Amino acid sequence: MNINLTLIIQMIVFVLLVAFVMRKVWPHILGAVEERTRKIALGLAAAEKGQQELAQAEKRSDVVLREARERAHQIVEQAQRRASEMIEHAKIAASAEGQRLLTAAQQQIDLEAARARDSLRKDVAQLAIDTASKLLEREIDARTHADLLDKLAARI
Amino acid sequence: MPMFLARAAEASSPTEYIVHHITYLTNEAPRGVLDFSVVNYDSVFFSILLAVVFGGLFYAVARKATAGVPGRLQGFVEWVVEWVDSQVKETFSGKSRLIAPLSLTIFCWVLLFNLMDLIPIDLLPNAARGAGLGHLRIVPSTDLNVVFGLSLTVFALVLYYSVKIKGLGGFVGEFALRPFASRNVVLQALCVPINLIMELPSFLARPLSLALRLYGNMFAGEMVFALIALLTLTMGAAALATATGWVLIVVQIAVGVVWSLFDAFIGLLQAFIFMILTIIYLSQASEHH
Repeated sequence: MNINLTLIIQMIVFVLLVAFVMRKVWPHILGAVEERTRKIALGLAAAEKGQQELAQAEKRSDVVLREARERAHQIVEQAQRRASEMIEHAKIAASAEGQRLLTAAQQQIDLEAARARDSLRKDVAQLAIDTASKLLEREIDARTHADLLDKLAARI
Repeated sequence: MPMFLARAAEASSPTEYIVHHITYLTNEAPRGVLDFSVVNYDSVFFSILLAVVFGGLFYAVARKATAGVPGRLQGFVEWVVEWVDSQVKETFSGKSRLIAPLSLTIFCWVLLFNLMDLIPIDLLPNAARGAGLGHLRIVPSTDLNVVFGLSLTVFALVLYYSVKIKGLGGFVGEFALRPFASRNVVLQALCVPINLIMELPSFLARPLSLALRLYGNMFAGEMVFALIALLTLTMGAAALATATGWVLIVVQIAVGVVWSLFDAFIGLLQAFIFMILTIIYLSQASEHH
């Protein structure tokens, strides 16, 4: 049990070991730990931010979706209105056209009837004259009996 | 843990056995209490070996340390480093690049010293005898030179920081002007020697108590292992032939296991105490009054 050179050697080794740990070990290990702590903090912050952004985006998408739905609804409504309007227009136009066609046809018919009546009347008059002249065996002067013939024709 | 039958080949007396176990492997027999021509080869060897084990392990991890997902070894090393760092921060309020690595070194190195006690007490000395070495002590913290080497270095750091931070006057003033002080110059002059007598011994006792606390605990632990080994020492291989011998062997193993667990705990505790006291002394050294 004595104090000897071992004491001095132990002190030198101790100082060297502490210097080594101080320079080569401690900063690297604690640096890695602190770096990781920083990274984790950043990661958590990013996750938090991401979640907030997600929530905002969801809100925004909800708004957009609702607007789109409303717009679609409006468009459909407008289209329906336009369609019914068009049908209405078409109905009115068709009915007017029908009326017009009907009127024209009626007029045509009236005209045709009048013409037919006229010609018939003339034919009847001619026939009456012919018949009368045959009966009377003599010529009836068309000019002399014109008013008589006209009366006859008007009666037919 | 003691190895029964370990020294059966050379059944020596208990006294010889104990003395053999507390003798260092030296270059020459020491003359007197202080003899700086003597070197304890065994203490120096195991001290440096364990320094290399600690430094090498931590350096290997530090070199490859990443901020990504750490492996098991890196996790363990980081756990130790962070624990030491938190211990330092709890006690030491100032900023110092030295004190935390110093604490880590002390804790790990001293713990490794102390855990050498768990290697069967006769295993390495007997192996050394096979290699032609007469003595071998494998627990560096049972060597006064080693523990004083640590505590005196810490003490030197305390002196250095005290003078650096408080100035020589402030540092000396702590011993001379407290606890008794007076505004009267004559009274003050009378107080100074009293203060010095009260304060200086407790300050100078620090490296002594720091070293001897560790030394005493670990030396006692080693002695108990030697005593446990003595149970069957004188019987040798004959212990296997008698019932008493078998009882002793069982008792020896049981007591050895229990003491190993206790001694491991003591070793951990003493390493922790050495580290904490170092931190406290250094933080006191850098406090302003």
